[in-house]
Amino acid sequence: MYKTLIKVFAAFSLLFTVQTGFAAIEVHEFDNEVDRQRYQTFIDEMRCPKCQNQNLAGTNSPVAMDLRRELELMIKDGKSDQEIVSFMVERYGEFILYRPRLTPATMLLWSAPVLLLVFGALLLLLIVRKRRRLATEVDTGLSQQERARLDALLRDNPESKSINKNNQEKNK
Amino acid sequence: MNKQRLFLFIPLMIFVILAILFWRGLSLNPDEMPSALLNKPIPVFELPVVSASENSPGLVKANQEMIKGKAGLLNVWATWCAPCKQEHPFLNVLKAQGVPIYGINYKDNVEDAQRWLAELHNPYVFTVLDDDGRLALNLGVFGYPETYVVDKQGVIRYKHIGIVNEQNWNETIKPIYESLK
Repeated sequence: MYKTLIKVFAAFSLLFTVQTGFAAIEVHEFDNEVDRQRYQTFIDEMRCPKCQNQNLAGTNSPVAMDLRRELELMIKDGKSDQEIVSFMVERYGEFILYRPRLTPATMLLWSAPVLLLVFGALLLLLIVRKRRRLATEVDTGLSQQERARLDALLRDNPESKSINKNNQEKNK
Repeated sequence: MNKQRLFLFIPLMIFVILAILFWRGLSLNPDEMPSALLNKPIPVFELPVVSASENSPGLVKANQEMIKGKAGLLNVWATWCAPCKQEHPFLNVLKAQGVPIYGINYKDNVEDAQRWLAELHNPYVFTVLDDDGRLALNLGVFGYPETYVVDKQGVIRYKHIGIVNEQNWNETIKPIYESLK
Protein backbone atom coordinates (compact mmCIF):
# COMPACT_ATOMS: atom_id res chain seq x y z
CA MET A 1 0.00 0.00 0.00
CA TYR A 2 2.74 2.37 1.09
CA LYS A 3 4.79 1.56 -2.01
CA THR A 4 1.93 2.12 -4.40
CA LEU A 5 1.25 5.46 -2.75
CA ILE A 6 4.84 6.49 -3.38
CA LYS A 7 4.55 5.37 -6.98
CA VAL A 8 1.37 7.31 -7.48
CA PHE A 9 2.92 10.35 -5.89
CA ALA A 10 6.02 10.03 -8.08
CA ALA A 11 3.92 9.71 -11.23
CA PHE A 12 1.80 12.64 -10.17
CA SER A 13 4.78 14.83 -9.46
CA LEU A 14 6.01 14.14 -12.98
CA LEU A 15 3.13 16.23 -14.21
CA PHE A 16 4.76 19.28 -12.73
CA THR A 17 8.14 18.65 -14.25
CA VAL A 18 6.79 18.85 -17.79
CA GLN A 19 7.45 22.32 -19.07
CA THR A 20 4.68 24.02 -20.93
CA GLY A 21 7.26 24.57 -23.61
CA PHE A 22 7.09 25.10 -27.32
CA ALA A 23 5.44 22.68 -29.66
CA ALA A 24 8.42 22.58 -31.95
CA ILE A 25 11.10 20.12 -31.00
CA GLU A 26 14.14 20.58 -33.14
CA VAL A 27 17.82 20.59 -32.54
CA HIS A 28 19.48 23.89 -33.21
CA GLU A 29 23.00 24.01 -31.91
CA PHE A 30 24.97 27.19 -31.69
CA ASP A 31 28.62 27.76 -30.95
CA ASN A 32 28.02 30.37 -28.35
CA GLU A 33 25.43 31.54 -25.91
CA VAL A 34 24.91 34.91 -27.62
CA ASP A 35 23.83 33.28 -30.88
CA ARG A 36 21.59 30.86 -29.09
CA GLN A 37 19.98 33.76 -27.27
CA ARG A 38 19.54 35.70 -30.51
CA TYR A 39 17.92 32.72 -32.16
CA GLN A 40 15.54 32.34 -29.24
CA THR A 41 14.64 36.02 -29.32
CA PHE A 42 13.97 35.90 -33.05
CA ILE A 43 11.67 32.90 -32.90
CA ASP A 44 9.88 34.41 -29.92
CA GLU A 45 9.32 37.76 -31.56
CA MET A 46 8.48 36.70 -35.08
CA ARG A 47 5.04 35.68 -36.12
CA CYS A 48 4.28 32.53 -38.06
CA PRO A 49 2.82 33.75 -41.38
CA LYS A 50 0.56 30.72 -41.67
CA CYS A 51 -0.79 30.27 -38.17
CA GLN A 52 -1.33 33.84 -37.15
CA ASN A 53 -1.20 34.65 -33.46
CA GLN A 54 1.51 32.08 -32.91
CA ASN A 55 5.17 32.88 -32.95
CA LEU A 56 7.75 30.94 -34.89
CA ALA A 57 8.76 29.10 -31.76
CA GLY A 58 5.30 27.77 -31.08
CA THR A 59 4.32 26.06 -34.28
CA ASN A 60 5.31 23.24 -36.55
CA SER A 61 3.78 24.51 -39.76
CA PRO A 62 6.11 23.96 -42.72
CA VAL A 63 6.61 27.68 -43.19
CA ALA A 64 7.67 28.15 -39.59
CA MET A 65 10.07 25.22 -39.84
CA ASP A 66 11.63 26.77 -42.95
CA LEU A 67 11.90 30.15 -41.30
CA ARG A 68 13.53 28.64 -38.22
CA ARG A 69 16.05 26.89 -40.43
CA GLU A 70 16.80 30.09 -42.34
CA LEU A 71 17.20 31.95 -39.06
CA GLU A 72 19.67 29.40 -37.80
CA LEU A 73 21.67 29.57 -41.04
CA MET A 74 21.71 33.35 -41.08
CA ILE A 75 22.84 33.57 -37.47
CA LYS A 76 25.59 31.05 -38.13
CA ASP A 77 26.56 33.05 -41.20
CA GLY A 78 27.20 35.98 -38.92
CA LYS A 79 24.38 38.11 -40.27
CA SER A 80 23.45 41.11 -38.15
CA ASP A 81 20.06 41.48 -36.49
CA GLN A 82 19.25 44.25 -38.94
CA GLU A 83 19.99 42.03 -41.94
CA ILE A 84 17.91 39.18 -40.56
CA VAL A 85 14.92 41.40 -39.84
CA SER A 86 15.01 42.96 -43.30
CA PHE A 87 15.31 39.50 -44.88
CA MET A 88 12.08 38.50 -43.16
CA VAL A 89 10.27 41.77 -43.83
CA GLU A 90 11.21 41.63 -47.53
CA ARG A 91 9.43 38.30 -47.83
CA TYR A 92 6.58 38.46 -45.42
CA GLY A 93 6.14 42.15 -44.72
CA GLU A 94 6.10 44.06 -41.44
CA PHE A 95 3.39 41.65 -40.44
CA ILE A 96 5.95 39.08 -39.36
CA LEU A 97 7.37 41.26 -36.60
CA TYR A 98 5.60 41.09 -33.28
CA ARG A 99 7.70 44.05 -32.23
CA PRO A 100 7.01 46.60 -34.96
CA ARG A 101 9.87 48.74 -36.16
CA LEU A 102 9.89 52.48 -35.61
CA THR A 103 8.66 53.93 -38.88
CA PRO A 104 6.41 56.89 -39.68
CA ALA A 105 3.48 54.46 -39.81
CA THR A 106 4.18 53.04 -36.37
CA MET A 107 5.16 56.35 -34.75
CA LEU A 108 1.75 56.78 -33.15
CA LEU A 109 1.79 53.20 -31.91
CA TRP A 110 5.14 53.60 -30.21
CA SER A 111 4.43 57.02 -28.75
CA ALA A 112 0.88 56.17 -27.63
CA PRO A 113 1.86 54.96 -24.12
CA VAL A 114 3.80 58.14 -23.38
CA LEU A 115 1.11 60.36 -24.88
CA LEU A 116 -1.61 58.62 -22.91
CA LEU A 117 0.44 58.89 -19.73
CA VAL A 118 0.92 62.63 -20.24
CA PHE A 119 -2.76 63.04 -21.10
CA GLY A 120 -3.79 61.11 -17.99
CA ALA A 121 -1.45 63.11 -15.77
CA LEU A 122 -2.81 66.39 -17.11
CA LEU A 123 -6.36 65.22 -16.61
CA LEU A 124 -5.58 64.15 -13.08
CA LEU A 125 -3.94 67.50 -12.33
CA LEU A 126 -6.95 69.39 -13.65
CA ILE A 127 -9.40 67.31 -11.65
CA VAL A 128 -7.40 67.61 -8.44
CA ARG A 129 -7.13 71.38 -8.84
CA LYS A 130 -10.81 71.78 -9.50
CA ARG A 131 -11.70 69.65 -6.50
CA ARG A 132 -9.38 71.61 -4.25
CA ARG A 133 -10.89 74.89 -5.36
CA LEU A 134 -14.40 73.63 -4.79
CA ALA A 135 -13.48 72.27 -1.37
CA THR A 136 -12.06 75.59 -0.18
CA GLU A 137 -14.78 77.76 -1.67
CA VAL A 138 -17.78 76.60 0.27
CA ASP A 139 -20.80 78.68 -0.56
CA THR A 140 -21.67 80.35 2.74
CA GLY A 141 -24.10 82.80 1.29
CA LEU A 142 -21.98 85.65 2.57
CA SER A 143 -21.16 88.62 0.43
CA GLN A 144 -17.60 89.75 -0.19
CA GLN A 145 -17.85 92.42 2.52
CA GLU A 146 -19.37 90.07 5.04
CA ARG A 147 -16.70 87.54 4.43
CA ALA A 148 -13.96 90.13 4.91
CA ARG A 149 -15.58 91.16 8.17
CA LEU A 150 -15.81 87.59 9.33
CA ASP A 151 -12.15 87.03 8.53
CA ALA A 152 -11.20 90.14 10.47
CA LEU A 153 -13.27 89.08 13.46
CA LEU A 154 -11.78 85.63 13.52
CA ARG A 155 -8.31 87.04 13.25
CA ASP A 156 -8.70 89.65 15.95
CA ASN A 157 -10.46 87.54 18.55
CA PRO A 158 -8.15 84.95 20.09
CA GLU A 159 -11.13 83.20 21.64
CA SER A 160 -12.74 82.69 18.27
CA LYS A 161 -11.32 79.20 18.09
CA SER A 162 -13.19 78.18 21.19
CA ILE A 163 -16.47 79.73 20.10
CA ASN A 164 -17.40 76.76 18.00
CA LYS A 165 -16.66 74.44 20.85
CA ASN A 166 -18.79 76.41 23.25
CA ASN A 167 -21.64 76.49 20.82
CA GLN A 168 -21.50 72.74 20.43
CA GLU A 169 -21.59 72.24 24.19
CA LYS A 170 -24.50 74.58 24.50
CA ASN A 171 -26.43 72.69 21.92
CA LYS A 172 -26.11 69.58 24.00
CA MET B 1 -23.61 73.04 -17.25
CA ASN B 2 -24.11 72.31 -20.92
CA LYS B 3 -20.41 71.86 -21.41
CA GLN B 4 -20.24 69.37 -18.58
CA ARG B 5 -23.10 67.42 -20.08
CA LEU B 6 -21.07 67.00 -23.25
CA PHE B 7 -18.26 65.35 -21.30
CA LEU B 8 -20.69 62.63 -20.32
CA PHE B 9 -20.80 61.55 -23.94
CA ILE B 10 -17.08 60.82 -24.15
CA PRO B 11 -17.41 57.14 -23.13
CA LEU B 12 -20.20 56.69 -25.65
CA MET B 13 -18.10 58.27 -28.36
CA ILE B 14 -15.17 55.99 -27.54
CA PHE B 15 -17.51 53.02 -27.67
CA VAL B 16 -18.87 54.03 -31.07
CA ILE B 17 -15.39 54.51 -32.52
CA LEU B 18 -14.21 51.14 -31.22
CA ALA B 19 -17.39 49.45 -32.42
CA ILE B 20 -16.84 50.79 -35.93
CA LEU B 21 -13.22 49.64 -35.94
CA PHE B 22 -14.06 46.17 -34.65
CA TRP B 23 -16.97 45.84 -37.06
CA ARG B 24 -14.62 46.65 -39.90
CA GLY B 25 -12.12 44.13 -38.53
CA LEU B 26 -14.72 41.39 -38.68
CA SER B 27 -15.12 41.74 -42.41
CA LEU B 28 -11.37 41.74 -43.13
CA ASN B 29 -9.75 38.56 -44.28
CA PRO B 30 -6.66 38.00 -42.14
CA ASP B 31 -5.12 35.90 -44.91
CA GLU B 32 -5.12 38.84 -47.25
CA MET B 33 -1.77 40.34 -46.60
CA PRO B 34 -0.07 42.65 -49.00
CA SER B 35 2.58 40.67 -50.76
CA ALA B 36 5.97 42.01 -49.92
CA LEU B 37 7.23 40.83 -53.30
CA LEU B 38 4.68 42.71 -55.34
CA ASN B 39 6.29 44.38 -58.36
CA LYS B 40 9.56 42.62 -57.72
CA PRO B 41 11.12 39.98 -59.95
CA ILE B 42 10.76 36.29 -59.23
CA PRO B 43 13.52 35.23 -56.83
CA VAL B 44 16.54 33.60 -58.40
CA PHE B 45 16.34 29.81 -58.34
CA GLU B 46 17.76 26.73 -60.01
CA LEU B 47 15.70 23.66 -59.23
CA PRO B 48 15.10 20.17 -60.61
CA VAL B 49 11.96 19.61 -62.64
CA VAL B 50 9.35 16.93 -61.93
CA SER B 51 10.24 14.62 -64.79
CA ALA B 52 6.75 13.23 -65.38
CA SER B 53 5.67 16.43 -67.05
CA GLU B 54 4.96 15.50 -70.65
CA ASN B 55 4.66 19.22 -71.30
CA SER B 56 8.39 19.74 -71.01
CA PRO B 57 10.13 16.57 -72.18
CA GLY B 58 13.81 16.32 -71.44
CA LEU B 59 13.84 19.29 -69.10
CA VAL B 60 15.88 18.49 -65.99
CA LYS B 61 16.45 21.82 -64.33
CA ALA B 62 14.70 25.15 -64.47
CA ASN B 63 15.44 28.68 -63.34
CA GLN B 64 13.64 32.00 -63.13
CA GLU B 65 14.74 33.02 -66.64
CA MET B 66 12.55 30.30 -68.15
CA ILE B 67 9.41 31.94 -66.80
CA LYS B 68 10.05 35.20 -68.63
CA GLY B 69 8.78 36.07 -72.11
CA LYS B 70 5.08 35.57 -71.54
CA ALA B 71 2.72 36.60 -68.80
CA GLY B 72 1.73 33.58 -66.78
CA LEU B 73 0.85 32.08 -63.45
CA LEU B 74 3.11 30.65 -60.80
CA ASN B 75 1.27 28.08 -58.76
CA VAL B 76 2.55 26.63 -55.48
CA TRP B 77 1.15 23.19 -54.74
CA ALA B 78 1.77 19.89 -52.99
CA THR B 79 0.12 16.50 -53.04
CA TRP B 80 -0.45 16.67 -49.29
CA CYS B 81 -2.39 19.91 -49.70
CA ALA B 82 -6.10 19.13 -49.91
CA PRO B 83 -7.25 22.46 -51.38
CA CYS B 84 -4.68 21.98 -54.15
CA LYS B 85 -6.59 18.92 -55.30
CA GLN B 86 -9.75 20.97 -55.36
CA GLU B 87 -8.03 23.65 -57.39
CA HIS B 88 -6.37 21.32 -59.89
CA PRO B 89 -9.29 20.81 -62.35
CA PHE B 90 -9.62 24.54 -62.83
CA LEU B 91 -5.91 24.84 -63.59
CA ASN B 92 -6.50 22.28 -66.34
CA VAL B 93 -9.25 24.52 -67.68
CA LEU B 94 -6.89 27.48 -67.68
CA LYS B 95 -4.27 25.47 -69.49
CA ALA B 96 -6.83 24.62 -72.17
CA GLN B 97 -7.42 28.37 -72.53
CA GLY B 98 -3.72 28.82 -73.20
CA VAL B 99 -2.62 30.33 -69.89
CA PRO B 100 0.97 29.33 -69.13
CA ILE B 101 1.14 27.96 -65.59
CA TYR B 102 4.39 27.13 -63.85
CA GLY B 103 4.26 24.79 -60.90
CA ILE B 104 6.24 24.91 -57.70
CA ASN B 105 5.95 21.60 -55.93
CA TYR B 106 6.44 22.42 -52.29
CA LYS B 107 8.09 19.94 -49.90
CA ASP B 108 6.67 16.91 -51.56
CA ASN B 109 7.47 13.36 -52.47
CA VAL B 110 8.60 13.21 -56.13
CA GLU B 111 6.77 9.95 -56.87
CA ASP B 112 3.57 11.32 -55.37
CA ALA B 113 3.90 14.46 -57.46
CA GLN B 114 4.49 12.43 -60.64
CA ARG B 115 1.48 10.24 -59.93
CA TRP B 116 -0.64 13.31 -59.23
CA LEU B 117 0.28 14.89 -62.55
CA ALA B 118 -0.28 11.64 -64.42
CA GLU B 119 -3.67 10.99 -62.90
CA LEU B 120 -5.13 14.47 -62.68
CA HIS B 121 -3.56 15.82 -65.88
CA ASN B 122 -0.69 18.22 -65.99
CA PRO B 123 -1.60 21.88 -66.41
CA TYR B 124 1.95 23.10 -65.85
CA VAL B 125 4.51 24.13 -68.44
CA PHE B 126 6.92 22.62 -65.96
CA THR B 127 6.94 21.98 -62.26
CA VAL B 128 10.02 22.57 -60.17
CA LEU B 129 10.71 20.63 -57.02
CA ASP B 130 11.09 22.93 -54.07
CA ASP B 131 12.20 20.26 -51.67
CA ASP B 132 13.63 22.42 -48.92
CA GLY B 133 11.02 25.13 -49.42
CA ARG B 134 13.59 27.84 -50.09
CA LEU B 135 11.99 29.16 -53.27
CA ALA B 136 8.62 29.30 -51.55
CA LEU B 137 10.22 31.10 -48.64
CA ASN B 138 11.84 33.61 -50.97
CA LEU B 139 8.45 34.14 -52.59
CA GLY B 140 6.88 34.76 -49.20
CA VAL B 141 4.54 31.79 -49.50
CA PHE B 142 2.70 30.84 -46.36
CA GLY B 143 -0.40 29.03 -47.51
CA TYR B 144 -1.05 26.43 -50.15
CA PRO B 145 -2.12 26.74 -52.83
CA GLU B 146 -0.86 30.16 -53.71
CA THR B 147 -0.78 31.68 -57.16
CA TYR B 148 1.27 34.55 -58.52
CA VAL B 149 0.57 36.47 -61.68
CA VAL B 150 3.85 37.21 -63.44
CA ASP B 151 4.38 39.61 -66.32
CA LYS B 152 6.57 39.21 -69.42
CA GLN B 153 9.66 40.42 -67.60
CA GLY B 154 9.18 37.91 -64.84
CA VAL B 155 7.97 40.51 -62.35
CA ILE B 156 5.32 39.50 -59.83
CA ARG B 157 2.19 41.59 -60.33
CA TYR B 158 -0.38 39.88 -58.16
CA LYS B 159 -0.58 37.29 -55.44
CA HIS B 160 -3.61 35.15 -54.85
CA ILE B 161 -3.82 33.14 -51.65
CA GLY B 162 -5.99 30.06 -51.72
CA ILE B 163 -7.76 28.24 -54.49
CA VAL B 164 -8.09 29.80 -57.93
CA ASN B 165 -11.61 29.09 -59.13
CA GLU B 166 -13.85 30.30 -61.89
CA GLN B 167 -15.25 33.12 -59.82
CA ASN B 168 -12.07 34.74 -58.54
CA TRP B 169 -10.37 34.08 -61.87
CA ASN B 170 -13.02 35.97 -63.80
CA GLU B 171 -13.45 38.70 -61.22
CA THR B 172 -9.90 39.57 -60.24
CA ILE B 173 -7.10 37.44 -61.63
CA LYS B 174 -8.07 37.31 -65.27
CA PRO B 175 -8.28 41.11 -65.75
CA ILE B 176 -4.81 41.46 -64.27
CA TYR B 177 -3.45 38.62 -66.39
CA GLU B 178 -5.06 40.04 -69.56
CA SER B 179 -3.58 43.47 -68.92
CA LEU B 180 -0.09 41.97 -68.75
CA LYS B 181 -0.33 39.90 -71.90
